[in-house]
Amino acid sequence: MDNSLHTFDMPAETDIAWCPGCGNHMLLKAVKTALQNLGIARNRLVMVSGIGQAAKAPQYLDVNMFNGLHGRSLPAAFGIKMANRDLVVVVESGDGDMYGEGGNHLIHAIRRNFDVTVIVHNNMVYGLTKGQASPTSHRNMKTPVQTGGVILEPFNPLAFAIALDAPFVARTWAGDVRQAAAIISEAIAFRGFALVDVFQPCVVFNKLNTWQWFREHTTKLPDDYDPSDKINAFRFALQDDAFPLGVFYRNDSKALYEDLAGLDNKPLYQHNPPDETKVSRMIEAFR
Amino acid sequence: MHEDSHDLCLVFEGEAGQGIQTVSSALLPILKNSGYQVFSCTEYMSRIRGGSNTTELRITGKKRTAYSSSIDMLFAMSPLALERLKGRIDDGTLIFADREQFGERWGTNCIDMPLKRLATEAGGALYANTVIAGAVLCMIGIPVERFNGYLQEKFSAKGESVVSANFHAAGLGYEFTRKLPSGFAIQLPVPMQQGGEERLLMDGNAALGIGSVLAGCNFISSYPMSPGTGLLTFLAAHAHDYGIVVDQAEDEIAAINAGLGASYAGARAVVTTSGGGFDLMQEGVSLAGIIETPIVVHIGQRPGPATGLPTRTEQGELALVLHAGHGEFPRAVFAPGTTAEIIEIAQIAFDVAETYQIPVFLLTDQYLLDAVCTIESGEIRRLPIASTIIETTDAYRRYEFTDDGLSPRGIPGFGSGIVRVDSDEHDESGVITESFEMRRHMVEKRLKRMERLRADARPATPIGTVEKARTILVCWGSNRGVVEEALEFFDSPDMAGLHFSQLYPLQPKSLKLLENRRVIVIENNALGQFADLLTLETGRKIDRRVLKATGEPFSVEEVIEALEEEENG
Repeated sequence: MDNSLHTFDMPAETDIAWCPGCGNHMLLKAVKTALQNLGIARNRLVMVSGIGQAAKAPQYLDVNMFNGLHGRSLPAAFGIKMANRDLVVVVESGDGDMYGEGGNHLIHAIRRNFDVTVIVHNNMVYGLTKGQASPTSHRNMKTPVQTGGVILEPFNPLAFAIALDAPFVARTWAGDVRQAAAIISEAIAFRGFALVDVFQPCVVFNKLNTWQWFREHTTKLPDDYDPSDKINAFRFALQDDAFPLGVFYRNDSKALYEDLAGLDNKPLYQHNPPDETKVSRMIEAFR
Repeated sequence: MHEDSHDLCLVFEGEAGQGIQTVSSALLPILKNSGYQVFSCTEYMSRIRGGSNTTELRITGKKRTAYSSSIDMLFAMSPLALERLKGRIDDGTLIFADREQFGERWGTNCIDMPLKRLATEAGGALYANTVIAGAVLCMIGIPVERFNGYLQEKFSAKGESVVSANFHAAGLGYEFTRKLPSGFAIQLPVPMQQGGEERLLMDGNAALGIGSVLAGCNFISSYPMSPGTGLLTFLAAHAHDYGIVVDQAEDEIAAINAGLGASYAGARAVVTTSGGGFDLMQEGVSLAGIIETPIVVHIGQRPGPATGLPTRTEQGELALVLHAGHGEFPRAVFAPGTTAEIIEIAQIAFDVAETYQIPVFLLTDQYLLDAVCTIESGEIRRLPIASTIIETTDAYRRYEFTDDGLSPRGIPGFGSGIVRVDSDEHDESGVITESFEMRRHMVEKRLKRMERLRADARPATPIGTVEKARTILVCWGSNRGVVEEALEFFDSPDMAGLHFSQLYPLQPKSLKLLENRRVIVIENNALGQFADLLTLETGRKIDRRVLKATGEPFSVEEVIEALEEEENG
């Protein structure tokens, strides 16, 4: 790994709560690399997360952080971006946090299309609560709750996001830090809602989707793949014999919420007190 | 009541969709401009058409801001009127109604007003409300021509024919009433001419909106829910003028989390809802508690549990906001009682949230929000806006320990520092911790802010001479108007009132005023939630609770009755 990365490092004594061998460690490197490559100033970047092992990621980066509630990272990220559109807002979350508890917010964040990058650590299991099924768990996986095996089809975040016309939809995996970093860089540089679903093993609780399993069940998108073709992107998103990795869909012409809403560039904290003349006019209307 | 000859109480009754609200909105400005004080409140069913709704319009010489149950003149448009309002009608009530519709319920105090025929003559059933407005003007002695300007302005967009049909309708109502036998004349209030120029007319929703704008509010995220939606629509209407970010959230959970995100990044944020929507927001309240981020939560109360009575009024959410959100953290609760006080308290709410970095609750209710009354423009107070945001340096720590528990408030992107907030227990720099030692310090730090918050709490407003009274009638929020009027009517040196517009923390000096007195607490709920709070805070028993949880507000008459029981032992 590139040892020159240091801008976003926490002090060496920082206690990292992830298990040894967890995919989160690789993903942290990928995120750091992407941030470093983009040259974003630390004080302009806000990492937002909910709850779960993945949602601890911002704890291990030396940046502004809003570590809020389970499933609620997107509403908080939206509020932050609306209050100051000069901030770069990156959400880091897990499959339970984003696709389970936060599902309704995900629908509406995509519909709004504000400028945010959403990185979802997708390990197909609940780690922090000790091994129950997640919305992306595969069928027949046995857990302490799903004792006879998971009976539901897994949630397909990519097909879901493309159907809602999320303008940037990608999948990568923790076993390829170089590709993950490149895709995360592209997602952060993209203006609009960018979803990056990241496959990663949970070495303690997911005995089905292991490092080896992911290596065997992932593939590349074709060399001549055109991410601007939405129908084709949807088709590839449905592919589940070998899961393609890469940028599935990219729509560069989608209007940004901030522009549609007429949000100005001045952060809200710099706003002046309400103008005396306007206030008088507002009150006069009740005469 | 109305032994006071300066007082006149009109009630307009009709089905939803019949436009009874437009009768009062048409009359209010004319009456105000004629120098009267007016107060109007509404009660309506949760339906779009049919049923029976009423609007009360009080025309008074002295300013009144209270619901009165007895009716001087009733204009009834639906057959349900007499049955629904029988408790409010007595021999002195003059009832204008279409005899055809009422049949056997007809009495000697009823005036057969062929509303349907007059409206049809003017151009259709739609014009019934303008006919009524014309009739009212005649009863009060205001020339019908004065109404024409309003009608012109209101209907010009719909074309000249609609305007002239309205002129005609108003004229028909006026003429009908003019020809009534003189015995039906009402003793009219004496208009107060002085100060009329400066007088405004607004409802609680507008007052709340104005107060929020004056407070420098620049972010609202909310999910519509009656009666909390008025603030959202008011700020949306003024968003462009003041650069307010207005977001209709996908649910209340999103609303408060977006509010907290915005506040973390430097916005002055508010969310508005009612009790049911607030239930969903509670996790956000708890988050505000641990991340020490300001947020103002407006709750327009309505009767619960669950959907309850969606269009009615109650003061049922005090216990909820006192305990909302898991964990222990400071908070403040406000409940203004008049239009002017709503404007002032809204500003104080934002200021307290910002100063103490806490969630602040603003409790109103359907009755207070929808009530319209006259207000002198001099009554509108504008408080200075003080931002507590600082420019950070490299060494910045969001939760730095200080003597009073208040850490300087940095925001991301302003200064070179890093601003970390965490819903997990954290250290001074906002990084997650499981140290018991740090936990102890953080709990102490957060709660320490209560000391100053309590000392700075807003004192209760005395009604009458509290020092000499043996009995104190305590009220909060929207009951201020009825208590003021009832005590004035009663006019006994033994009795006075105290109105609390800050419910938590309570000002210790105000609590002292209750010592060694008989204390009666009046509130619009079934359990006496504020009475319980007073007992909890003072250790004393409350001598009597006057409660009502029917979905209606207290009337002046009910409060007077309660006071009479006091006097009669």
